[in-house]
This record gives sequence, structure tokens and C-alpha cells, in this order.
Amino acid sequence: MSGPIGRGIRHVISRSLAVLAICASATLLGLPAAQAAKDNVVIGMGIEPAGLDPTVAAPAAIGQITWQNVFEGLTRINEDGKVEPQLATDWTISDDGRTYTFHLTSGVSFHNGVAFDSSTAKFTLDRARGENSTNPQKQFFSVIDSIETPDPSTLVLKLSKPAGNLLYWLGWPASVMVEPSSANTDKTAPVGTGPFKLGEWRQGDRLTLVRNDAYWNADDKPALSSATFRFISDPQAQAAAVKNGDVDAFPEFGAPELFQAFEGDPDLKTAVGNTELKVVAGMNLRKPPFNDARVRQALMMGIDRRMVIDGAWSGYGQPIGSHYTPNDPGYVDTTGVHPYDPARAKALLAEAGYGSGLSFSIKTPQMTYATRSAEILQALLAEVGVTLNIVPTEFPATWIDQVFQKHDFDMTIVAHAEPMDISIYARDNYYFGYANPDFKSTIAQAEATTDETERLSLYGKAQTMLAEDVPALYLFVMPKLGVWNAKLSGLWTNEPIPSNDLTDVRWQD
Amino acid sequence: MPRHGKLLLGGAITALFLLTALIAPFWTPAAPTRIAIAERLKPPLVAGLLGTDQLGRDVLSQLMAGATNSLSIAIASVLLGAAVGTAIGLLAATRRGVVDELLMRAMDVVFAFPPIVSAMMLAAALGTGRMTAIAAIATFMVPVFSRLTRSAARRILTHDYVLAARAAGKGSRRIALEHVLPNIAGDIVVQATIQLGLAILTEAGLSFLGLGLAPPAPSWGRMLADSVTYIGAAPWLAIAPGVTIAFSVLGLNLLGDALSDLVDPRRRQGR
Repeated sequence: MSGPIGRGIRHVISRSLAVLAICASATLLGLPAAQAAKDNVVIGMGIEPAGLDPTVAAPAAIGQITWQNVFEGLTRINEDGKVEPQLATDWTISDDGRTYTFHLTSGVSFHNGVAFDSSTAKFTLDRARGENSTNPQKQFFSVIDSIETPDPSTLVLKLSKPAGNLLYWLGWPASVMVEPSSANTDKTAPVGTGPFKLGEWRQGDRLTLVRNDAYWNADDKPALSSATFRFISDPQAQAAAVKNGDVDAFPEFGAPELFQAFEGDPDLKTAVGNTELKVVAGMNLRKPPFNDARVRQALMMGIDRRMVIDGAWSGYGQPIGSHYTPNDPGYVDTTGVHPYDPARAKALLAEAGYGSGLSFSIKTPQMTYATRSAEILQALLAEVGVTLNIVPTEFPATWIDQVFQKHDFDMTIVAHAEPMDISIYARDNYYFGYANPDFKSTIAQAEATTDETERLSLYGKAQTMLAEDVPALYLFVMPKLGVWNAKLSGLWTNEPIPSNDLTDVRWQD
Repeated sequence: MPRHGKLLLGGAITALFLLTALIAPFWTPAAPTRIAIAERLKPPLVAGLLGTDQLGRDVLSQLMAGATNSLSIAIASVLLGAAVGTAIGLLAATRRGVVDELLMRAMDVVFAFPPIVSAMMLAAALGTGRMTAIAAIATFMVPVFSRLTRSAARRILTHDYVLAARAAGKGSRRIALEHVLPNIAGDIVVQATIQLGLAILTEAGLSFLGLGLAPPAPSWGRMLADSVTYIGAAPWLAIAPGVTIAFSVLGLNLLGDALSDLVDPRRRQGR
């Protein structure tokens, strides 16, 4: 009996001593260590990308790791959605809008030591627009007719027609600069010109970026020495990781219903911004009753957007009146064009010949935002005499096949993720089946003009046209629910382009 | 637990659910699908007896309407499975030989698939909805009933009165229907009661995965699926359907168990 007890006491004593020793060393050594600013950060992400080259595959998660951190472009897009110079210091545009002359930043080299110059830029753009290109935004580069490199620091793009959005497009993750010797392996071992390079990628768990000490931009050297992205898909686990400090930041938190618990926590900062995800209920305008604008307008007026946001996304998110987000340059608030007005909706339906009611189906993908929104639309439209039948439709395979390709649907609901994609309504036979020559010519003009003010006013006109014509029910912009340690600064609140720019991220005392 | 205790408890729980399922189409405390965003996520007793969900719908009313859906799908699928399974079992028992062998191996194949997996395959092929759910659940009920019927029928077929009937010139079909079926009906009913519990559980599982009833039709499984992300903020949303599913299955299993004690002579002698 005495043996175990004796051991137990010794154990307790030695443990107490150890604790004392730790306390002592913490007072002696710990304070200076704590004062040295922390220079690494752990960032949580809901989705892990399959590869790391944003120039060959579409998933937003690729850009959310690599854009601005590993890879840089000729231009960049800042937090306000505006274009800024990056690897091109400045540029001139010819009067006819068909010749862009870029002056490239000097002294830039890739992580592997290869120098960046006009020939690498030409290589990148040729690769992106080439026949075998799998670039997700290949259409951006289709206007480029020829590329000239008069000297290493000058790049001349000759366009087949004016493209007012070219500088914006060149700022996208899909347009970042790569170099010939590493381009084919960028998927697993990305080599860019950015302030961070790949440290380690443990697939299924985490990815670490380390500071590139040879970074060309001396004015913009990052404060962080390393950054780790951790991939956590389950919202409950995301919340737990934020609460117990396993991650320092979750810039795009997955579940709005769990987000509320972070608000008011003094150790955490919450930032609700806008993404580019536009939740819209598209209609099949090829067939009745949706070929009648009055029906579409009535359906729009039957919907209380605020109620949809409250019910589907816990009240986070901003109502929209057309296919444009408040992040986008030239945004016009069009939510007042067809405001919630069930009485007028009913009257308009009666005028269109559906006074006795109307019944159709909504093909609904399994994503939470879609199913919940559809249930609320169902309830709201029932009030104006419309019966909405929810048809669960697996996304992406079944949805792409039935809705997107075969156009076999009445109504559907999906979030459009691409920034500034209002031009989809000008495409021939896109899934909505919207064919409006006026709209088409407005978009064509907007895309052709190089005059910023004129372009934005044309986009404003396009937004108003959509809001009046209602080819889809415009519901809300998905919020970017950011939560991070209160001492961390420099993360973006809004997401005009899917990204996690770490250049300005730092710890504050 | 004494046999009568099991019978009483199982019977009482089952009766309660049957009664609820019968009442719900005519009366619930609130309209089960009525959305009231302003009233969302209210705890029990603050709004309604069991609170409201993320769209402000009354949880109790949804549970009641869910009972109707759940039990109707379960009963329909068990009836269908029992009918087809019993027919196959009788055929196998009376025909013997190659027919028996083929049918029973086919049943083995069907039985080899876990119910949820075969249900998912059916849902992928036929689309989701009430009929798919019934067909999917019935599919995996068939082998259970066919095996039970076959072994029970083969036992009956050796009895002297069957031989007498055959000597009197009755055909296999008449013997199967007039002599075998009435004698094994008790076994089938007991099995059906137990399978009913399993059917409810599977239907909830399918709905949880989004392969069951389409919204807004209330379903216990979907209520559970919807509640997952709210489990911290609104635990009642998960507890209410969870407890309901557990109790209804428990009730049916107790009832089935007690009934099988009554029917099975060996167990009866053991007491």
C-alpha cells in the first residue's frame, strides 16, 4: 500500500516543482518573447483546392491561397474593386482603344530566380490564350490579336477590338504571371513573383506559405514570416477552431447561424462584407408564363428580399435589384425598382391572365442557401397565388445537365460566383434565355469603351434594364463573414475578387 | 422486462404515434409549413410547445405532420415489401430445386446492399420523392420477408395435412394459399411490426440525406438535417425530431418483440 502512495506523493511534488519552474521561466524569459511581435498566422478555409495554379483551373479556393501571395499580375484589384498597377508600373492606351503599351516593373524575379520581363509576360498571355489553354477565363484573352516585346521592359498588346475591361481582367487570379520553366508544375509547386512562396502542402490538412525574402517590392514587404492555411469543411469544426484559437482567422466563415456567437466576443473581430456571390432565381424565358415580363415583375414584387436573407442566411447579406454587387465599380442600387408589394404583384398577375393562380417548379440545388431560399420563396409566392414546387436537383452534375445545358426548367436558384458577370445576360442562349438587343448593345458598348466614366454609366444602364425586365429574381449577395483574432489587422472585409491578400496582414500589440 | 410490460409499453407508444399520424392531417397546433421569419428560433414554450425552427415554423406541428408522412411511407413500404417477399418465399418453398435456388440467390444479392446505399441508387435513377422512398425501402424489405416465408413454409409443407391435401389432388398454389399462408401469417405480422421501425429509421435517414420527401412536406429526417448547424444556438431543433424518431422506433421494436414472444412457441415455453 505504501508503495503507490509514496509514488503518488513524489509525483505530486515533482509536478508542483515543474509548474513552479515553468512559472518562473515564464516571468523571466516569457515576457520578452511575448513582446517580440508574432509573425505567423493560421488562416482557416472551408475548401481545399485540388491544385495551386489559378491560370489552369477555376476554383476560387486557388486564388484565395495564391493570388497576391504567391502570384502577381500585370495589374491587381484592390479591396475597393479598383485596378492598380503591379508588375506593370504604368500603361498607355491608343486613341482607338486597340493598342495597350505596358511599362513593366524592373528588378522583378520569380521564386526560382528567373527574371520577369516582357518575354515572360508574353509567354504567360500566349499560354493563356493558346489553343490548348485550360485557363478558366480564356475569353478574356481572346481579344488579344498580337503581342509585341520591343524591349525587355515594354509589352505591347494589339487587340482585335477595343476591350474596356482589359486592365481589370489582367488583375484577376487567372491572369497572373508565370514563367516557362516552372509553368507546367505550378499546380503542385507554384512559382510566382509574390511576397510568399510555397513552404509545405500537406494535402487534406494544411498548406504553409513562407516569406520570400528576395521580394522585389521593398515598400511592400510582408510583416508575416509565414502563413498557414488550414482546411476545415464542417461549420461546427470551423466554429470550434476559431473559438479555441486553432486558427487565427476565418476570412470566409461557412455558417451564418454560427457566426452570431462570435459577435461581441472581445477577443475576436467580426467583419461582414460582400462577396461576389449573387443569389438569383433564374427563369426560363423561352416559355410561358415567363416570356411575359409582367409575370416576372409580379413574381419579383411578391418577394420580400429582407425576409429571404433573414430566413436563409440569418440576416447577413445585402439585397440586390440586378446582377451586380455593391463591390463592383459602377454599382447602382436597383432594389427599389420592383419593391415588395404583394397587392401590386397580384394585380399584375391578374392583368397577365393568371388571376386564378399559377403553378410551376423551381429546380433547387442541395446547397443550404438554395434550399432555404427556395422554401421562403415558396411561402412568399403562395401569398400572391403562385404555387412553387421545389424539385431537388443535384449540383453540379444534374443541374448543369438539365438546367444549364438542356434548359429543361421553369425556375431555378443558384449563386453566380464570378465578379462582374452581368454580360452573361448578353450571351446567346444562356440558360435564362434572355434575348434583349438593347441590353446586348449596351454591354457591347460598355466592353468596348476605354473611358472609365462612360463605361460605368453604361453598366449602370445595364443594371437598370435588368432590374426592370427581371430575367431572374434578384435576391441577395452572399456576405463574406470574416472572423479573426482582434489583434490581427490587414485582412479584407469585402471580397471584390476571391482572395486572401496577406501582404498587409500583421499582429498588433 | 416482463412480456406484458413490453407489450403494453410498445403498444402504447405505437398507438400514440398512430393516433398522432391520424390526427395531424386534420389538426395541428399551427400550420406546419407556415413560415414566420419574425418568430424564428424561438425556444420551447416561448413560441409553441416545442419552439420554432429557422424559418419560424412550429416544431410540434411539424413533428405531428411528419408522423403522418413517416408512418404512411413506412407502412406502404412494409406492405409492399411483405407482399412481394412473401410471394417469392412461397414460390421458392413450393417449387424447390432450381427456382428456389435462383430466387434465394437473387435475394442474397439484394440483401448484400446496405439499405441506404440501395435507396441512394434508386433515388439517383428515379429522382427523389415519396414513391422513390417507398420503393427503396420496400426493396430491402423483400429479402427479409422472402427468407422468413420460405423457411416457415418449408416447415409447414412437411406436415401430414399438407400431404393429405396433396393426396387429395390440390395443386401447389392452392396448398400454398390455403394451408401454408394462414399458418405462417403470425410470423409475417410480427416481422412486419419490427420492420416498420426499421422503415421509419431508413425514411428518416433518406430525408436526412435529402433523398426523401421534397420540402416543404414535413419530415423528421429533414428536420434533423436542418437542425445540424443550429445545434449550438437552438438545440431543441435537433432534440425534438431525434427523440421522436428514437421513441417511435423503440415502441415498434418493443411491440414486435412482445408479439414474437407470443407467436413463437419455443419462447413461450421458456417463460
